[in-house]
Amino acid sequence: MDITFEQVDYTYQANSPFEHKALKDLSFHLPGGSFTAIVGHTGSGKSTLLQHLNGLVRPTSGSVRIGGHTLEPNKKPKQAKELRKQVGIVFQYPEHQLFEETVEKDIAFGPRNFGVPEKEIHKRVEESAEAVGLDLSLLSRSPFELSGGQMRRVAIAGVLAVRPRVLVLDEPTAGLDPRGQREIMDMFHRLHKEQELTTILVTHSMEDALTYADHMLVLDKGEKYMEGPPVEVFQQRQALQKVQLDVPEIFQFLQKVSERFGKTVVYEGEDIDRLAKQLADLAGERE
Amino acid sequence: MNNLLIIGQYVPTNSIVHRMDPRIKMLIIFFYVIFIFFANNVFSYALFTVFAIGGTLLTKVPWRFIAKGLTPVWFLIVFTFILHLFVTKEGTVLVNIFGLPIYSGALEQGAVISLRFFLLILLTSLLTLTTTPIEITDGVESLLGPLRRFKFPVHELALMMSISLRFIPTLLQETEKISNAQASRGVDFRTGPFRERVRAVIPLLVPLFVSAFKRAEELAMAMEARGYRGGEGRTKLRELRVMKRDVAALILFIVVVAAALITRDYS
Ligand SMILES: Nc1ncnc2c1ncn2[C@@H]1O[C@H](COP(=O)(O)OP(=O)(O)OP(=O)(O)O)[C@@H](O)[C@H]1O
Ligand SMILES: [Mg+2]
Repeated sequence: MDITFEQVDYTYQANSPFEHKALKDLSFHLPGGSFTAIVGHTGSGKSTLLQHLNGLVRPTSGSVRIGGHTLEPNKKPKQAKELRKQVGIVFQYPEHQLFEETVEKDIAFGPRNFGVPEKEIHKRVEESAEAVGLDLSLLSRSPFELSGGQMRRVAIAGVLAVRPRVLVLDEPTAGLDPRGQREIMDMFHRLHKEQELTTILVTHSMEDALTYADHMLVLDKGEKYMEGPPVEVFQQRQALQKVQLDVPEIFQFLQKVSERFGKTVVYEGEDIDRLAKQLADLAGERE
Repeated sequence: MNNLLIIGQYVPTNSIVHRMDPRIKMLIIFFYVIFIFFANNVFSYALFTVFAIGGTLLTKVPWRFIAKGLTPVWFLIVFTFILHLFVTKEGTVLVNIFGLPIYSGALEQGAVISLRFFLLILLTSLLTLTTTPIEITDGVESLLGPLRRFKFPVHELALMMSISLRFIPTLLQETEKISNAQASRGVDFRTGPFRERVRAVIPLLVPLFVSAFKRAEELAMAMEARGYRGGEGRTKLRELRVMKRDVAALILFIVVVAAALITRDYS
């Protein structure tokens, strides 16, 4: 599903002394099937932006289009439930939303609400539990007896079981062990490819943005600061530093190499072998 | 968060009222609430009104914000007024509305009671508008201090108060987050039959309780880890101190009350 923001403003607690403009004049277009990373310093409005994607909030001014749905100020969206069925959001620390007696029931909660037939539900529960790497023996346990990492996986499975067309992820791996982070991100990437999802990932990890995304949006204080393919955005190291963002290690490394050899090596997403060869050539030239 | 009800919301404008000693503010409000019932003529009411309005102006909190915050109370005030109009039967008949006589005494009484009600709410909401929860609890602890002699757990009460006040915004935030998450999983809190909506509360309440208990446990552990041993021999980082402005406010208040007591009708 295509996603379009047109001059979106969003203000928290409008008309009070606590008024806070969280999004300002934000416009962008994400084609269906794309994988977009949204990055920005803490408080830059990333989570606020995400809440627009399934109509939890409506823009204060401007408009948001998600597939055939339109969100505008002062206008209740039609078929809000249909929109929520198609857009699955994994919130920051999603394990806080668990509440059922068993893991199985909790994963089934979303599909049941959206009217998936009972016979189908069981299949989906097992399928999504497997996808997130949960042992099926855990399904009958209480979610509150699990470890933090396992709870996170249950919560993610609960979103996947609805089979959304748009997958929205708000720092889904924050606080997990490094290996778990890799596994979960790889799983999202695989699903994105297999089911041709439109994926939006909010992350503080520039490495993840580079590895998984094909498009990138940089926010600063609620405004769009940069937009483009990650390999292009990360070329602009200084501009990113201005808004307290780093670039992935490989860019830092290549910049050091460029300084050392007095010749720029540009990373354009090529694989490591070719990059190594380029560097070897450089070293050869110098000898 | 809820911007309908301002009672309990602090608005930092750093006015002179904000900088006053919370104990003085509480004392003034306490006695204001008592003495306003002694007012019984135009002059004494005018004094109390000017005092409350003047105090409000000094806080520098925008009028529109206060007026909006009192929305639910406006309704009560107007309702009280109208009720009095039709129920009280004193004085002379002024007009007839749909055959119902409106007495002059009713108009007077309705106006007086609504005004009193309005002033009480206005002044008490000034306390929370201009005083942080910490200051309020410090003030309460200090004012209740003498009760300690009778083994009244003053410090514990103040601590409980400050902890609950501190966690109200956190709980509201948490509620909003969880309800967003469950709404995204297809829960409908707003429409549908009553029974469905009651059931929709469970996915909200369970996580909320779980996290509140977890928070309480963590807080208790953190307090112990930092050597909290109750109130005995405990000193304060910010001592409350009565300043010139507090004395001035107190004197002004006493003058207003005295003037009101002198000018009221004793017949
Ligand atoms: N419910 C709310 N009421 C008032 N202001 C809010 C609310 N939620 C967020 N804000 C403010 O809006 C701004 C953007 O918040 P948001 O949560 O979107 O940031 P973020 O980019 O997701 O940050 P982080 O990386 O820390 O998650 C912040 O300055 C925040 O203080
Ligand atoms: Mg966020």
